[in-house]
Amino acid sequence: MIGKLLGFALKDIARSKWVLLYVFFFILLTEGLLRFTAGEAKTVVGLMNIVLLLIPLGASMFGTLHLHNSREFIELILTQPVRRSSVFAALWLGVVIPFLAAFTLGVGIPMAAHGLIADPTIVALMVSGNVLTIVFFALSFLVGIVIADKAMSMGVAFVMWLFFAVLYDGLILWVSVQYADYPLEEATIAMVVLNPVDLARIVVTLTSDHAALMGYTGAVFNQFFGTMRGILISAGSLVLWTAVPLWFAKRAFDKRDW
Amino acid sequence: MIDITSLSKSFKHSHVLRDVNVHVPDHSVTAVIGPNGSGKTTFMKCILGLVRPDSGTISINGISAIGSAQGRRELGYMSQIAQYPDNLTPLDLFAMIERVRSTTSTRKTALIERFDLGPHLKKPMRALSGGTRQKVGAIIALMFEPRVLLLDEPTAGLDPISTGVLKDLIMDTRANGATVLITSHVLSEIQELADRAIFLHEGTKVFDGTVATLLAQTGDATLERSIATMMLDAQQKQRAS
Repeated sequence: MIGKLLGFALKDIARSKWVLLYVFFFILLTEGLLRFTAGEAKTVVGLMNIVLLLIPLGASMFGTLHLHNSREFIELILTQPVRRSSVFAALWLGVVIPFLAAFTLGVGIPMAAHGLIADPTIVALMVSGNVLTIVFFALSFLVGIVIADKAMSMGVAFVMWLFFAVLYDGLILWVSVQYADYPLEEATIAMVVLNPVDLARIVVTLTSDHAALMGYTGAVFNQFFGTMRGILISAGSLVLWTAVPLWFAKRAFDKRDW
Repeated sequence: MIDITSLSKSFKHSHVLRDVNVHVPDHSVTAVIGPNGSGKTTFMKCILGLVRPDSGTISINGISAIGSAQGRRELGYMSQIAQYPDNLTPLDLFAMIERVRSTTSTRKTALIERFDLGPHLKKPMRALSGGTRQKVGAIIALMFEPRVLLLDEPTAGLDPISTGVLKDLIMDTRANGATVLITSHVLSEIQELADRAIFLHEGTKVFDGTVATLLAQTGDATLERSIATMMLDAQQKQRAS
């Protein structure tokens, strides 16, 4: 049943001007950075900073908005002989898949044209961008389903993005300054693992030449994230950041009065 | 037929439906009427499975409608607001409903012709007027010859010709033995279509019977007057208690 609905959900989103704009934005951005920055490393840093800010913002706002704008359509589908869990899965996948494809094409086409598509840092950046897309669409669906009021829902989605993409780093900095006299390596790593945006940033940075410039911090991160244990914990954290919000969102969707 | 027993629903601290018992027979058009906030929409949404009641049972032709997708196989529903995905066409929507139900509608082409929807079939929904989208909603509701048809303000936004077509189709559906439940603020429309009425006031069922009985009970000549009398009575009883 999911497949039957998913085809139409994909068709709707794929024809949306927002997805096309998203593809062209990333093509222009990547091509512009490749042409106007001195060297591949600077391109990656520039692209990483924009990707880590814009993907969580776009996914948070679009996911929440899409859910609220689809309310009447969701009602129509729910009056058909179909299980709510199938409708939820089709709605979520119907939004996530086009945006994953849009980001991959938007960054991948210019990178491939410049012969950089196999570069480990570029691969890490594209994987991280896709993972952030999945995580923040899961979070945005949770917000959109739990909070029935559209304006309130959009506000909470924005604050969520602000927290993970901007305020969280301030929190880490504050902890580092406040407890500067204590060994904070493990605590810092734990805090990074708990934020998908920071986790993506560290993974991309460690695969680039810039890791060497991070000195002792870079060595500490490398020591953790470079090991199998670190990779498993990071991957587990990202899986949880997707699975937990999705599970709660599906549960709320099943119980919600429409 | 629809059988509802002890149906109650509250949102936070507000009781929207209180112990409602209703039997809606086949071969009938039943109007759900009442003032704003009386619980009409929640009542309809409970039958559709969109709202989960706190207590009570709802069965559609003997199949429980609560938490069961199977019970909705017999349902056709037309909502007041015909809002569909912007980038899908009416043809996409009909195909989607057919795929979801794993069957092909034999009636779709005839309905498209009757509503004169042919020129709009391949246009994206965002390009269609409210009235045209409402026609799409009517076709979706009727395309599988439902045994139970629920209509929420069905003629809102429709032009007079399409309104006439829809009314004819509603009467045909009734004649074929189906159960039709309708809400509308156009009381002349209810008088024209409905043979039964359920009157809700503040979530409580005040009247359930034929339109003729309702008129006789209030002593009024028209349904509009009759409903106004019933609303005033209900308000006075509430104040007195």
